[in-house]
Amino acid sequence: MIENRSMGSKIFDAVNVVILILITLVCILPVWYVLCVSLSSREAVNAGQVALWPVGFNLLSYQKIMGESDFFGSFLVSIKRVVLGTVVSMVCILMAAYPLSRTKKQFPKRDVFMWIFVFCMLFSGGTVPWYVTMKNYGLMDSVWGLVLGMGLHVFNVILAVNFFKNLPVELEEACFVDGGGPWRCLITVYVPLAKPMVATIVLFTIVSYWNEFFQGMVLSTRQSSYPLQTYIQQMVVTLDYSSMNVDQIAQAMKLNNLSLDAAKIFIAMIPVLIVYPFLQKYFVSGITLGSVKG
Amino acid sequence: MYIKRFVKHYYIMLVPALLWLFFFSVVPMFGIIMAFQDYNPGKGILHSEFVGLDNFVYMFQMSDVRQVLANTVVIAVGKIVGNIIIPLVFALLLNELCLKRIKRPIQTIVYLPYFLSWVILAKIVLNIFGYTGPVNQLIEIFGGGRINFFGEPDLFQPLVIGTDIWKGFGYNTVVYLAAILGVDQSLYEAAAVDGAGRFKRIWHVTMPGIRTTVALLAILSLGNVLNAGFDQIYNLYNPLVYSTGDIIDTWVYRAGLENLQYSLATAVGLFKSVISVILIAVGYKLADKFTGYKLF
Repeated sequence: MIENRSMGSKIFDAVNVVILILITLVCILPVWYVLCVSLSSREAVNAGQVALWPVGFNLLSYQKIMGESDFFGSFLVSIKRVVLGTVVSMVCILMAAYPLSRTKKQFPKRDVFMWIFVFCMLFSGGTVPWYVTMKNYGLMDSVWGLVLGMGLHVFNVILAVNFFKNLPVELEEACFVDGGGPWRCLITVYVPLAKPMVATIVLFTIVSYWNEFFQGMVLSTRQSSYPLQTYIQQMVVTLDYSSMNVDQIAQAMKLNNLSLDAAKIFIAMIPVLIVYPFLQKYFVSGITLGSVKG
Repeated sequence: MYIKRFVKHYYIMLVPALLWLFFFSVVPMFGIIMAFQDYNPGKGILHSEFVGLDNFVYMFQMSDVRQVLANTVVIAVGKIVGNIIIPLVFALLLNELCLKRIKRPIQTIVYLPYFLSWVILAKIVLNIFGYTGPVNQLIEIFGGGRINFFGEPDLFQPLVIGTDIWKGFGYNTVVYLAAILGVDQSLYEAAAVDGAGRFKRIWHVTMPGIRTTVALLAILSLGNVLNAGFDQIYNLYNPLVYSTGDIIDTWVYRAGLENLQYSLATAVGLFKSVISVILIAVGYKLADKFTGYKLF
């Protein structure tokens, strides 16, 4: 581009670099802070000495977690939920996206179904009717409740439909000429070509199932069926702050093992930190896919 | 090409998704009937007494609900405005970054909070702003008194809006960066030839170039005016800040699932759903009209 660097421009460049680095630090700090707290001694944490560096470095918190079967139970519930949820979601999304991406001539009822999907995306009965329905189905304390209760994410279907629509129509024709039907066309031609889209949806689905806590909370009647996020959410015994004065709050804080809590929070972040680099690679294209015109 | 014998396969392909939608989206919609009943879990939907619009009339008479509605709109609009402006500023700064080498790492890191759950982020935020947390220690070092950040009704709304922007701005930047990349480079050169400095180029070339994107994001966020973010607020609030922090979704949860006022909670939830759907539909319509954006 144009090289025309005045004094003011150089100052701006320097200030800009500093500002951007500071903003970036603000985004990474919380993760760092949790890690520091989890590696510090309990006394140092409760005394409020830990800020940006571990104080009294030790791995006691992580050792302690090893003995907490509740924590690993919840971890397992979350893993099951993510695996089942992602598989079921992807099968439903890809199978539905293929017919919906056909032209009106190929599939005359296409628009009717599209509107059914969109209606379900935009409108919902709300929390209470949803809860009553789930209860009537007998899906309390069940991993299937946690999987199906999230509902089909229609926006992902639309993403897939838009992607399929933009594939050249000759591919499909070639497949049909070779004697294949819609199934073979979907499985052997469309899905392999849609790798970036599939990757984006898979990763977003994993993250949304992993991060969900509310349904895990209301659909569980006992602690053993909590997914991990719900476990973390319920971890600190809910305190009634309104009836406490400031000293009592501080006292109550001391009773908690904040270092152990931080270790649990850090472990709950790890799966997201693992899929994150893959997400990073695909989700930029994934977001822009959403705006593809039909 | 139209092949008649394939059509039946198209229907079969739709079955799993339709079943899922039917049992977990459509069936709960019938529960909306509860909003017009005095629902009694023992009797069920079929045998509970119908009360017409009583729940809705009652809802608008409750000062509680009016306060909650006001909180919801204030928080949601604050988030919408912040989530459009801050990422825009950040994208412009990032685009002007002279050290190209650190652009990629910066982007990678700022996306991160978006992918962490509010359960986790709220715990972290509560710790950092906690009574013995780092922020209060800093305040003390500079001679101030400790502040109970999440116990002050006046501070709650700014904190909620601020932390929401913090979580999402990196992710929201993606769309702007893509739009900035799409601006014709020769326009910058032409502007430079005409004697435009750096800020003039941003103002007269970049901004007009991404105007449509900004407008589109603004229009599409119309549907979120009643969406103040349940996950975030549920994990951050406490009874001390109900006066400013309670929103429709948290109120519905407490009224419905904790206090078992099923019918009233359903009515309030329905009110929110209907308004939201109308706003979303208007948003899509406007987006189509002004920017040619189509959902599908």
